[in-house]
Amino acid sequence: MGKTLLQKVWDLHKVATLPSGEDQLFIGLHLIHEVTSPQAFSMVRERGLSVFRPDRTFATVDHIVPTDSHRRPLQDPLAEEMLQALEKNTRDFGITFLDWESGKQGIVHVVGPELGLTQPGMTIVCGDSHTSTHGALGAVAFGIGTSQIRDVLATQTLALTKPKVRQILFTGQPSRGIYAKDYILALIAQLGVNGGIGYAYEYSGSAIESLDMEGRLTLCNMTIEGGARCGYVNPDGVTVEYLRGRPYAPRGGAFEKAREFWLSMASDADAVYDDQKEIDVSHLEPMVTWGINPGQGMGVGQTLPQPEDLGSGGQTARQAYEHMGLRGGEKILGTKIDVAFIGSCTNGRLSDLREAAEVVRGRRVASHVRALVVPGSQQVKAAAEAEGLDRVFTEAGFQWRDAGCSLCLAMNPDRLRGRELSASSSNRNFIGRQGSALGRTMLMSPAMVAAAAVSGQIADVREFLR
Amino acid sequence: MKIDTIEGRGIPLRGDEIDTDRIIPARFLLCVTFDDLGKDVFRDERFTPQGEMKSHPFNEGRYQGASILVVNRNFGCGSSREHAPQALYRWGIRALVGVSFADIFAGNCAAIGLPAVTAEAPAVEALQGLLEQDPSIPLTLDLQTTNLRFTLKGGEVQRIPVTLSAAQKQRFTSGTWDSMVTLLDNLSAIEARAKKIPYIQGFIP
Repeated sequence: MGKTLLQKVWDLHKVATLPSGEDQLFIGLHLIHEVTSPQAFSMVRERGLSVFRPDRTFATVDHIVPTDSHRRPLQDPLAEEMLQALEKNTRDFGITFLDWESGKQGIVHVVGPELGLTQPGMTIVCGDSHTSTHGALGAVAFGIGTSQIRDVLATQTLALTKPKVRQILFTGQPSRGIYAKDYILALIAQLGVNGGIGYAYEYSGSAIESLDMEGRLTLCNMTIEGGARCGYVNPDGVTVEYLRGRPYAPRGGAFEKAREFWLSMASDADAVYDDQKEIDVSHLEPMVTWGINPGQGMGVGQTLPQPEDLGSGGQTARQAYEHMGLRGGEKILGTKIDVAFIGSCTNGRLSDLREAAEVVRGRRVASHVRALVVPGSQQVKAAAEAEGLDRVFTEAGFQWRDAGCSLCLAMNPDRLRGRELSASSSNRNFIGRQGSALGRTMLMSPAMVAAAAVSGQIADVREFLR
Repeated sequence: MKIDTIEGRGIPLRGDEIDTDRIIPARFLLCVTFDDLGKDVFRDERFTPQGEMKSHPFNEGRYQGASILVVNRNFGCGSSREHAPQALYRWGIRALVGVSFADIFAGNCAAIGLPAVTAEAPAVEALQGLLEQDPSIPLTLDLQTTNLRFTLKGGEVQRIPVTLSAAQKQRFTSGTWDSMVTLLDNLSAIEARAKKIPYIQGFIP
């Protein structure tokens, strides 16, 4: 009987079976940022311990950074204190800090893959739920809390229970204007935001094989929104070519050796899964969320569902409509927006900016819309500028910002105000998520955000691509 | 410290998919310690932006001092912030009973010695109704026998079966829920394992 990638990675990293029955797993790559790590370092210090493998932890700063100025001290004294804590902790324990001066700063889930830190067959953790992103390269990657960050710092291991594996087959080929973001929003709408509890998701099928690495990163990124802590794509030729030449990828003879190892970690053809689901992407429309969790989404051409038709989801739908100011039976097309946000660990990469720019080129942002493009990293920003994307956006009336989490989560100066409605390429539409308790978020692909920005309302991006 | 029974009054909080942004909004994560989080738990659910108090169980006088939180489906979904269970703990919560919990949230609760156990949806909803009628009922959550028991006014003893994983039961009841101590026992095995992982060894050609 064959093994899944998850099983192979688990076997390779297992240190011991603990008295609780859990497995102690070696962690190959630990990524940290300023928000969830300071307390973990304090716990390590309080117990008189040190960092066990400082060479396996990498830090960057993303959540709290202003995207319009890096001037120190940061304007918010609390943000400055957090940045200083990260600087001190990384210095004291000999951890690499990918800061502004390095030119490699950015959102932790954009930085890991683009530097080649993220590699197939690894166990990867970070104190951030979107760590599932790194599964795109065939790693077992998941978010952890601060006490677990402490465990990794002190021992480079975690106590874990192996999840079940659900294979998600994406079949068919998408029509123009349909992106990885639409695949994952459709999946979560279908299985629900709690459908993945206890599972890891393996994404496969013809639509995944033909998806480029940045699309795979988007897909895996939102795995957690469907309740699964970790999602991955089996390593293949796309993965190997993506890694070739990246700063932290092996070189020369070591690369060939690595290539063999990476491909050997893919699930065997006769692997057995705990569950399987299939989605045919040929029939997908561009997706938009209408509610207060990422599972409350639908094709842009559909009418809003009636709460009474949603079974156990009816109560949350009523609450969603009250918050969003929407009603069952109405169209979502034409809903007026106030803010357009392109960025985040979900959709802040070069291909995302290219897809949005294709819609924006030669058009103007509607006069009532505040529109921002926030590249996911300093390197994404530089690459986008090298091909003139910044000018496409600024000439259309978008603000062109520096790398950071920005408006995705409102821990920095970029926030919604009052009841503003945001068309957002980010990952969460929770109440209050974008910084105003009354603010409203509709999640969609970056190209759909671009279409909404120039229309001033929710629009069908396919109309702009003809 | 062994955790095998938790005794206290209950506080019901109805709703599916209550995410960690709602439990503790992101702006309160601008901090380098967890110490002050308790007062801001559910901040935007409890207060309007102008600071006026809204209707919410955590605001009600009759639930002050309660320590067992009773919730519905997929509680704690979303962000991995340990700040969420830390805020609940610092408010006074010592155990959670719910229909289901998000994986990362459940792990974070376990890591800080805060049991989060599940029960069947009808039993949870009935318990919430009961606590809305009578918040004074003393509850006992017994992790050894895995049930939640309480005595009704008429003297009738009720037991709701609860579920927690075998691993969590072992960790709480043996007092080894603080995982770091257990992990540190195996330092030499950790080093031996690292030597067998090709990428840790640098893929020597």
